[in-house]
Amino acid sequence: MRWIRRNLVVIAGLLTLAYLILPNVVVTVFSFNNPTGRFNYAWQEFSLEAWQDPCGVADMCGSLSLSLQIAFWATVGATVLGTMIAFALVRYRFRARGAVNSLIFLPMAMPEIVMAASLLALFLNMGIELGFWTILIAHIMFCLSFVVAAVKARVLSMDPRLEEAARDLYAGPVQTFVRVTLPIAAPGIASGALLSFALSFDDFIITNFNSGNTVTFPMFVWGSAQRGTPVQINVIGTAMFIIAVLVVVAGQIVTNRRKKTATT
Amino acid sequence: MTASTLTKEEAAPPAAEPVLRKPSRRKRLVPYWLLLPGIVWLLVFFVLPMVYQASTSVQTGSLEQGFQVTWHFQTYWDAFQEYWPQFVRSLLYAGTATILCLLFGYPLAYLIAFKAGRWRNLILVLVIAPFFTSFLIRTLAWKTILADDSLVVTALNTLHVLDVTSWIGWTEGDRVLATPMAVVCGLTYNFLPFMILPLYTSLERIDGRLHEAAQDLYASPATTFRKVTFPLSMPGVVSGTLLTFIPASGDYVNAELLGSTDTRMIGNVIQSQYLRILDYPTAAALSFILMAIVLVMVTVYIRRAGTEDLV
Repeated sequence: MRWIRRNLVVIAGLLTLAYLILPNVVVTVFSFNNPTGRFNYAWQEFSLEAWQDPCGVADMCGSLSLSLQIAFWATVGATVLGTMIAFALVRYRFRARGAVNSLIFLPMAMPEIVMAASLLALFLNMGIELGFWTILIAHIMFCLSFVVAAVKARVLSMDPRLEEAARDLYAGPVQTFVRVTLPIAAPGIASGALLSFALSFDDFIITNFNSGNTVTFPMFVWGSAQRGTPVQINVIGTAMFIIAVLVVVAGQIVTNRRKKTATT
Repeated sequence: MTASTLTKEEAAPPAAEPVLRKPSRRKRLVPYWLLLPGIVWLLVFFVLPMVYQASTSVQTGSLEQGFQVTWHFQTYWDAFQEYWPQFVRSLLYAGTATILCLLFGYPLAYLIAFKAGRWRNLILVLVIAPFFTSFLIRTLAWKTILADDSLVVTALNTLHVLDVTSWIGWTEGDRVLATPMAVVCGLTYNFLPFMILPLYTSLERIDGRLHEAAQDLYASPATTFRKVTFPLSMPGVVSGTLLTFIPASGDYVNAELLGSTDTRMIGNVIQSQYLRILDYPTAAALSFILMAIVLVMVTVYIRRAGTEDLV
């Protein structure tokens, strides 16, 4: 009893962690299911069928590749635009700074559905056809703020004397930026990019409003919740979870090794 | 400080003069060129759409004959009168989910920040990695977890928890799926990482020596937490609660997948008005009312929490 009291925080924390991971466990377990009906909600029997043929469902892998493409270009767009804004905000003093800061903050402080609906209002009024481009435009828009926040945090904590030192050693502005500033800001830019990718890939609400007849992966999952969920969805979900863990762990190893080589 | 260094310093200003020179015109424009593309993007695809939506909300007409701006503000009042239960429900569900996120998230954030040791990175990965698995797939998994004869529901039934929750109207009989409890459970789950990460960031910044100091001054662990740790984690609490409450109030995915027609939130109404019924003015008015409610609540909350420098 005393042991429980002393470790109350640890127990509560681990319970929360279990709550967070439980759905992922269920997704993984049910990727080995062989459901009898259209829906994969109740356990029937073990089967490897879905893993052997992940693209066996009509249109699913097409929607997956579309989502990956959109996420890739949204990440590129948002990271470039966001990094530029972040540098301008941290490194320069100019008149519109306050206004720019609040303009960046607003998209994060607004329910997603409000942005989704207003973009639809714009596209409808302008007579723009909904599809790949409207989705991409929307994704770059909402990822932008998150990149700015991530890069800003990193650049703010960076010692300006490092750049001064580079200049003292006769590095030109371009050389200083490429050799000193960019490597230091890189982790911030990387986490902004990673966040954009995840947000864009996973976005449903804004995409649902602005996709027209184009079907991204989340849209496909949404549709399948009404029509019937193929087991392959769980296979993709499990695979994405494993890939994400591997990517993050690999990133950790790389940064740890850098730290070690930097200290020796 | 000797006299010689003093004179050196006094002599310094003329030498430093060239550095203090006003930057050239080209240099002064640099920040604006850096800002231009991103800001234009936000103005065209974030601000301008709001203007269009404002115009849509005061239009009348029909899909066949077209819509016209007639400054018909009545739409706002009609929409609010018809759908206020959904507004109340959205705020109630989102508020409950936010409080639950704080209650569940705080111990985990504390665990990662102070107790995890070499497990810290692994736990962080497990908190972040689900972001890369589609949240729709994970929400659908809750259908399995909360199904009528699932382990969780059977356990809750045996422990007579469902009797209590049914009595206060969260669940119905021995069912959990398609009840408010299922929706709040899904919301809590979906937005929990948005609570944990800011909490963790602010807890991690706390100097461990402050805890030692509190203990040296004979504070019990509970007092240390109440007087030192929690106040210092307030920035994380504020940004965490905002990051969960705001998106949760506009969400319609959880209510649609885990709830029933009795648990529809305002997001479900806006979505069906825009995409199914095609009553654009009502939909636009509803989303502006939602935005106004959220902005007012957030502003009041930030004032009260006293962390205006947060944003």
